Amino acid sequence: MIINGVTIDETFAEAFPMKATRVIITAHTDQWAWNSARSMTGFATSVIGCGCEADIERKLDPSETPDGRPGYSAMLFAMNKKTLMKQLETRAGQTVLTSPGSALFSGIDGGERIPLGKNLRYFGDGFQTSKLINKNRYWRIPVMDGEFIAEETTGRVNAIGGGNLLVMAETLEAALTASEKAVDAMRTVPNIILPFPGGVVRSGSKVGSKYAALHASTNDAFCPTLKGVTNSQLSPDIESVLEIVIDGLTEQDINNAMRIGIETFCSIGAYNGIKRISAGNYGGKLGPYHFHLREIMQ
Amino acid sequence: MKPLTLSVKQIPDQRVDMSPLVAQQLSGKKTVDIGKITLQCGKNLVRVDALFNLSGDDTSNIVIKNSHNKLDFIGKDMDAGKISVEGDTGAYLALGMKSGEIHVSGNCGIFAACEMRGGLLAITGNAGDFVGSALPGNKKGMNGGTVVIKGNAGDRAGDRMRRGYLLIEGNAGDYCGSRMIAGTIAVMGKTGQHIGYNMRRGTLLLWEQPKLPPTFNDCGTHSLAILPILFASFRQLDSKFARPDTAFNRVHRYGGDIAELARGEILVKNPD
Repeated sequence: MIINGVTIDETFAEAFPMKATRVIITAHTDQWAWNSARSMTGFATSVIGCGCEADIERKLDPSETPDGRPGYSAMLFAMNKKTLMKQLETRAGQTVLTSPGSALFSGIDGGERIPLGKNLRYFGDGFQTSKLINKNRYWRIPVMDGEFIAEETTGRVNAIGGGNLLVMAETLEAALTASEKAVDAMRTVPNIILPFPGGVVRSGSKVGSKYAALHASTNDAFCPTLKGVTNSQLSPDIESVLEIVIDGLTEQDINNAMRIGIETFCSIGAYNGIKRISAGNYGGKLGPYHFHLREIMQ
Repeated sequence: MKPLTLSVKQIPDQRVDMSPLVAQQLSGKKTVDIGKITLQCGKNLVRVDALFNLSGDDTSNIVIKNSHNKLDFIGKDMDAGKISVEGDTGAYLALGMKSGEIHVSGNCGIFAACEMRGGLLAITGNAGDFVGSALPGNKKGMNGGTVVIKGNAGDRAGDRMRRGYLLIEGNAGDYCGSRMIAGTIAVMGKTGQHIGYNMRRGTLLLWEQPKLPPTFNDCGTHSLAILPILFASFRQLDSKFARPDTAFNRVHRYGGDIAELARGEILVKNPD
């Protein structure tokens, strides 16, 4: 399949089940809500080293937030419920509770409820109080700038992590410019996050390593500087490869995001240095979710 | 199906216990069988059809017409459906109510919403003493649900209240929120003496400055983020509390009762 000169590989992205939650962070101003949300979702690119994968999902209009203030929705993905709960509590306690004027609310219904403000409330040292409003309990924790409001629980749902796209370009500049546009377009899709910095990752990995202590190592087949010395997947005209990793609540959400991403790359086209689109997989052995690129684009 | 309508034939000499006439006890019964149910009236048992003219068959939607202040225990332990009362009610309206809606076009007697656990009670007129409180001797009053009073409330509103919302558009009498365990009482009008007497936790949200007991301490003026959430939850009510221009978030906070736990608060709307 070739679209606007860009080859779409006959391959698939391999994804696996995760547990996810969504929270809403609000504050007096958009800037302070963003400060808190960005901190909460920081250092959360990969479950391999960060415990969870997280990102700001989107900016919320004050009319969309429970307290009518500016806010952001953020999503966290982890491999199991226990890790998700621990990551959520630690991050909320260190980055939202601490952020001036912030408040923290559940952003997702359904599934199982997991603690949000339920344990953070003990920071109030007995001065905390709660209000039960429309069957949701909100904790009011006295802090130095007034009160920190945190909803008692949020929803935990089954989700999917590891959707991905590989873009291969003639130059790093071409790959970067195209990836930035693709990320902007993909972030308009609800229910997904792109957890890496700027939504893009340059260090795609393969399973295993020559070093026994490592479970993953550089994906040498896609490293352009190794074209002549390894079993390379790259043609001579490709100088740079970047990856976009997608976590989403459902297969359809990841499908939508990948389609929009591929469409964006293809609209930029071979004329602007974009040569191929591919995806990372492990031969179908690791994850039950397979996103076939050509099926997505049909 | 038409609402099950009970029109009072004539005001009886004695008080009437209306507690059998709730949806969960009438479900599946025909109107003629409902007429055979006996109600306690003073020391006598009186058939429903002797006191009321009956029509309609929808037991989940009950209308009481020409109601008066001798009809006690309307909606007692109600856990579904709707009761509309045209006129006044007696004591113990919505006693222990679990869910559903009760609307009263007139006034109600003492102990309305007493130990209520859920649902909505809307009173167009005034409520008597001990609205939302506990039965004498019991330790926990209203434990959930919402009560809207468009008129005034008597003394001891929310006495020993545990949870839920008591929204009073008019004035409240003495000892409003006394011995309150938790929950929220909002009063748009004036409040009487000894407000929050021995309250442990909970919120008294006031539009007008009360005469404060000496056991409440000034905590200063603040903008509270919880208040917009609270007011947003009132939007679906047929009440002044639902109006967007009624909402505010800047209040003067008084903490107390320091003779008790001192985890309660009186929030007074900031006049600025």
